[in-house]
Amino acid sequence: MRERLVVIGNGMASLRFLERLTERAPGLYDVTVVGAEPQAAYNRVLLSSLLGGEVDEAGCAFRGLDWYESHGIRLITGAPVTQVDRENGLVIVGETHVLPFDKLVLAVGSLPIRLPKPGMDLPGVLTFRDLADVAAIRRAAVEHARAIVIGGGLLGLEAAVGLARLGVDTTLLHVMDRLMERQLDHAAAGLVKRAMEARGVTVRLKADTAAIEGEGRVERLVLSDGTVLPADLVVLSVGVRPNVALAQNAGLETARGIKVDDRMQSSDARIFALGECAEHRGMVYGLVEPAYEQAETLSRHLVGEAAAYLGTALSTSLKVSGLPVFSAGEIEAPEGAETVLMSDPGLGLYRKLIVAEDRLLGAVFVGDIAEQGWCKDLIRTGASIADHRDDLMFGRSASAPQPLAA
Amino acid sequence: MNAHVQAPAAAVKTTCPYCGVGCGVLATPDGQGGAEIAGDTAHPANFGRLCSKGSALGETLSLDNRLLHPQVDGTRVSWESALGTVAGGLRKVAEAHGPDAIAFYLSGQLLTEDYYVANKLAKGFLGTPHVDTNSRLCMSSAVAAHRRAFGSDTVPGCYEDLDEADLIVLVGSNTAWCHPILFRRMIDARARRGTKLVVIDPRRTQTGEEADLFLGLKPGTDTALFSGLLVHLAATGAVDARYVADHTSGFDGALERAAAIAPSVAATADATGLSEADVAAFFALFSGTKRVVTAFSQGVNQSAQGTDKGNAIINCHLATGRIGQPGAGPFSLTGQPNAMGGREVGGLANMLAAHMHFAPEEVDRVRRFWSAPNIITGEGMKAVALFEAIERGKIKALWVMGTNPIVSMPRADRIRESLRKLDLYVVSEAVADSDSARALGKRTVLLPALAWGEKDGTVTNSERRVSRQRSFLKAPGEARADWRIIADVAKRLGHGEAFAYSGTAAIFREHAALSAFENNGSRDFDLGALSDMPDATYAGTPPLQWPLPKRGKAKARLFADGQFYTFDKRARFVAVQPPALAQAVGGDYPLVLNTGRVRDHWHTMTRTGKSQRLSAHRSVPFVEIHPDDAAPLGLKEGDLARIATPHGTAILEAMITDAVRPGSLFAAFHWSAATASDARVGALVRGIPDPVSGQPELKATPAGIAPVSYRNRGFLLTRREHALPEGWWWARATISGGSGLQFATQESSRAVALMMRGLFQGCELAEYADHARGRYRCAVYDGDRLVACLALGPAEARPTWEEAKAYFSESEPEPGARRALLTGRAETASAGPTVCACHGVGLDVITGVIAAGAGSVEAVGAACKAGTNCGSCIPEIRKLLPQVLARNAA
Repeated sequence: MRERLVVIGNGMASLRFLERLTERAPGLYDVTVVGAEPQAAYNRVLLSSLLGGEVDEAGCAFRGLDWYESHGIRLITGAPVTQVDRENGLVIVGETHVLPFDKLVLAVGSLPIRLPKPGMDLPGVLTFRDLADVAAIRRAAVEHARAIVIGGGLLGLEAAVGLARLGVDTTLLHVMDRLMERQLDHAAAGLVKRAMEARGVTVRLKADTAAIEGEGRVERLVLSDGTVLPADLVVLSVGVRPNVALAQNAGLETARGIKVDDRMQSSDARIFALGECAEHRGMVYGLVEPAYEQAETLSRHLVGEAAAYLGTALSTSLKVSGLPVFSAGEIEAPEGAETVLMSDPGLGLYRKLIVAEDRLLGAVFVGDIAEQGWCKDLIRTGASIADHRDDLMFGRSASAPQPLAA
Repeated sequence: MNAHVQAPAAAVKTTCPYCGVGCGVLATPDGQGGAEIAGDTAHPANFGRLCSKGSALGETLSLDNRLLHPQVDGTRVSWESALGTVAGGLRKVAEAHGPDAIAFYLSGQLLTEDYYVANKLAKGFLGTPHVDTNSRLCMSSAVAAHRRAFGSDTVPGCYEDLDEADLIVLVGSNTAWCHPILFRRMIDARARRGTKLVVIDPRRTQTGEEADLFLGLKPGTDTALFSGLLVHLAATGAVDARYVADHTSGFDGALERAAAIAPSVAATADATGLSEADVAAFFALFSGTKRVVTAFSQGVNQSAQGTDKGNAIINCHLATGRIGQPGAGPFSLTGQPNAMGGREVGGLANMLAAHMHFAPEEVDRVRRFWSAPNIITGEGMKAVALFEAIERGKIKALWVMGTNPIVSMPRADRIRESLRKLDLYVVSEAVADSDSARALGKRTVLLPALAWGEKDGTVTNSERRVSRQRSFLKAPGEARADWRIIADVAKRLGHGEAFAYSGTAAIFREHAALSAFENNGSRDFDLGALSDMPDATYAGTPPLQWPLPKRGKAKARLFADGQFYTFDKRARFVAVQPPALAQAVGGDYPLVLNTGRVRDHWHTMTRTGKSQRLSAHRSVPFVEIHPDDAAPLGLKEGDLARIATPHGTAILEAMITDAVRPGSLFAAFHWSAATASDARVGALVRGIPDPVSGQPELKATPAGIAPVSYRNRGFLLTRREHALPEGWWWARATISGGSGLQFATQESSRAVALMMRGLFQGCELAEYADHARGRYRCAVYDGDRLVACLALGPAEARPTWEEAKAYFSESEPEPGARRALLTGRAETASAGPTVCACHGVGLDVITGVIAAGAGSVEAVGAACKAGTNCGSCIPEIRKLLPQVLARNAA
């Protein structure tokens, strides 16, 4: 009899894992996937495009139900798992399903954080995490609505741009003095801010939300400096935390996330975790690239190949509503390091390299991120950039072969 | 910009204001203060051709940097007040120190009418003989050689001789760059009739490159070469004994002296540093060719032995009777558009007027003609002596017209200092920021003069041809004609009646009448036929060659009849001095510094400097040095080097070339304090005057050279002119759309970045900074408008500016150009806007792989990785697929 593999969660990490697993060893496991959302895995990265009306829901889809079927995967959607019974090797989905497993993969992602401030539960205060959120936001984003997005991270920016694109008067609040402060330095963040403003979003930095107020639903937002901002809709995008409740209740070892080793194995040898809920070597990743690397590793491991996930070099490559942004490694020069910089704010161009003794320590690019793969390699390997410094900064000519990203 | 606006009009026939070729120009005003420029096909100097400088005249007409209002001590005043200050100042100096404490320094840029009135005021009415001109620096040795040989300052030949010669010998003349239209005639003659071209110059110029025989002789040894030639002509029976006997005197003495200097081909070769074969080839060519023109310019004239050099040349023509004949004769190519006009009116210190000097009857004749109360009776001080007299306090008032002596004079630094001693320093000038207009006396008066295109009168070119410079633009601001300014001062000094001219025609008639006054063929210069010319005739007069006596015919060539203007009508051979440089090299000054021009600039660049086209050819002041001299100093192409002489220093960019002889340097004199920080080459030159002509030696000053290292070099392009801090080396050039500075500095790239932020507050700076390697680039935008651009790097990796200049010519550069301004790299075909952020794949790459056959999202991903990570770009790729495939199918 085939081993029973249950995957909890049907997000991007889960799907990539399933794809790789079935490519490598079709039919090796008896696979059941349980997802809390009513749909099969979709491209969460496109939620902002969906919000802005650039793509429709179909455009966000990855694999149709037929794919799961033809690959012998039992897919259960709209079914939040309520308990993992390790002792009996069961996954319990409320009153509807009891799924025995030999191996279990937790790919349960993360949960949006709600600020511990008054009024966060008022109707009209929404998060931005899944298709349901997008639908709720779109419903609230009626003509003349005033929207406030709290949180100047990537997702907040995307939400704000999506709202602005719908024609909603949109204000983005960020508590720090610059947007995306973990990925960007001041100048790059300034460019991103400018790009946001060009797309119709009002950006307020150092804006600390004190409370959301309203009679029965959102009417205004109050900042800690007393400023009152009228609002019909507030979107919270102040971060996520790994979804560890199931694992904790099951007695798995957790810290910020579910602790896993280099094979993505939790403290229980039968149970694995990957994606945003997993904590590997102290790191919890909130991006798709590490999740895919983890899915790759785990799929190999589960078909019996030697595989180890060694962590993903911290880098961010993304498009903030069409503006490419890349950040890897250090974003400010530490003591003894040098900065090489190219910036044309009017062109939306910013490129910064952090260099010490001809080694690349970090890079921040906005507008043109063509050398990102190369930069990631150089940061990871520590190879000398002495002969490439100008090419890294200015870009190789288009005719020259681009080094492949790792 | 251009304020002198008037209605567009038909083409106006005028004359180019640059060199002594005197080309006819058709100027068609555009009604906006500019004009279309074309060559005048009817003008016998150029038949429609124009050189680079002449063609670009339309680019030099802007009113930028123009002096438009009178000023006294830096304060704008009325004409009334300025003229009163000048007249009062002159009167005071004359009363306190005598009239000969007043000096005039005039210019070959002045029109004949202006020159005439200035000369008349000084020599007949103020009573000072100290009237000299920048022509002293240009061709006064040729004048002196002419007078010694012919008894008159006569250019015997005409331009047609260049068309009809079988041999043209160019001595000390970079004709290809400095008289380009004449050079074209020579090249045409070569094509048409096989004319041979011999070029004699210590420097292998562009002219030398074109020569059939180039003789790169040692500096200052021209006399030895032509002495050797005279000996050779005599020894080989090439002398025209009958001509010598009938029409000359002094042959034996001259030959004897020549034999002492260069008795043989071998001795000539030894003295000149040439090979015997080359010397022999030249001698054979000369002696075997009847139709030979020897044309000479500043390489001969600007020498402490310039007059002897000229006579050594003329001796050879007299000995062979090759003078005044079609296709034969010695030919002085003058530098300036109206040096000849200045000579005609007598606007030099060793002349009185109208080719008359200081014989008592000549003085009396001029006095009577002018009804002059204070006629002078002897020569005044020539340029070098005149400025030395200012330094010594002998001259208390100086009036400079249309020239920039603080740049062009030898030992120019001392001259700038000495001006401070003047009680009155008057400058009639078109340019507000010329070094000379910015210099100061105890009282300084700036008088705005008309420039080319505004003023009206005549000029005379190198072949004695008088052409009209006509006005086709309105006078800008309060600028006035030079003659009117002078006449107005004369009136205030009580000489109103003698200076009551109705216009330039009236002045020209008087000038022509003086030339004919009691002449009767005794003087070569005679414009008698024009002395009654009505205003309308003057206005429309075509180019005319003198002599033009009232009775008798005009002549294209003189001396064909063997009749000269000496008392016995015989030409004179001159026994010349052995050649020797006035100053020996050695010690700290082991090299000989030669000076000259570049192809596309004129004098001190006040006019050509306005044209970006003309400023592109040589945009930095440079020094040419032979590789053998550069190597031991570690001096490499493009390095900056300090040239030092006992008189001054300059810092110039090294051009390493074997066009200069080992032991020689060459630098162009065009750059002034207005156009470069440390490149006033005039300040380096000792300028020992020729004992006969007073023309200073400008081409052989002992000099030393050493590399100068600056931490960083770069360029700054701005829309309007910007000044750089003290201590920076810089050179300015006009570029398309603004002003360009190339600079060198000891400042760090960080400091320069700070400076840029300070300079352009309120603008947006796009920057590239790699301070660890001392590299910095910056583009400054006002909105989308590019207002400035700077690049800087260590001297050994200094940025070049060609690309940036091209981008700067656009007001709002495209994104690719904006980026190239920062990278310093040429714009390359980009990958297009990024589609896949994760893998940094551009639109063009994706459409490329689709076109190459990738027909699905998965295939695109396999081909270029786009869409294989987060997948957020998949919708875009999906949209691209049918578009590209459809385009491909079509």
